[in-house]
Amino acid sequence: MPNQAEKIQKVSIIVSRGTLDGVYPGLILANGARMEGIEANLFFTFFGLYAVLKRFNHKLRIATVGNPALRVPHAKGLPLPTLLGALPGMAALATRMLQKQMDKLDIPSVPEFVEMIHDAGGHLYACKATVDLFRLSPEDFVPQVERVLTVGDFYQLAAGGPIIFT
Amino acid sequence: MAQKHIAGTVIDVDEEGYMTNRTQWNRQVAEALAQELGITLTPAHWKVLDFIDRDYRERGVVPGIRRLNKVAGIPTKELYALFPDGPIKKAAKIAGCPKPASCV
Repeated sequence: MPNQAEKIQKVSIIVSRGTLDGVYPGLILANGARMEGIEANLFFTFFGLYAVLKRFNHKLRIATVGNPALRVPHAKGLPLPTLLGALPGMAALATRMLQKQMDKLDIPSVPEFVEMIHDAGGHLYACKATVDLFRLSPEDFVPQVERVLTVGDFYQLAAGGPIIFT
Repeated sequence: MAQKHIAGTVIDVDEEGYMTNRTQWNRQVAEALAQELGITLTPAHWKVLDFIDRDYRERGVVPGIRRLNKVAGIPTKELYALFPDGPIKKAAKIAGCPKPASCV
């Protein structure tokens, strides 16, 4: 029997990284929350903002450099040395392989996932400091982003539930 | 494993109330399971349940949201409207399937 003592009512998830593997955990957590009837806020900051940038969110890649856990051609294959990971086309290739596997498991692409979370009643926000820093404007975002928030606004929205940083 | 009296019959369920013997499932059982979740089944609900029932029999897996979108043609918003606060879990339970074992 699941623990009935204290059901989580709300989660607020910060997505701070812009690699595919940096973005997915936050999206899966947010979508999974909605599927359990838990209120979900997603706050995209720094390179995590690329997950909700119209022109770029279908182009995210996994990092093949500086990722010593990455193995090829599958998770239990050989380690990919940083020097090889830097070769042109490596990130694209690794990304394609991952996407193919995700598609098989019915895991949506990033743009599709963002839409799904929004349609599921999840809330998506962009970080004000990063929007200023990257000189972005509201038109740059996919329509599912409700608004640009200051960190203070974010804390208000997150009140009463855990904040998860990814 | 527990047994439960519902809709004038007896069904086998696990500790969370998911049916463990699909041969005991029928439309009356589904109606009663839905009622327990506060849902009154309409034709729109049955479109989802019939798809899950057929898909589960064919593939042995409860379909996820994306499969319901793409293959059954039922949008995410509608799924959440029909089965609030947990469409896949609730629909799977009503359809007499095990608890969905996927994260997405």
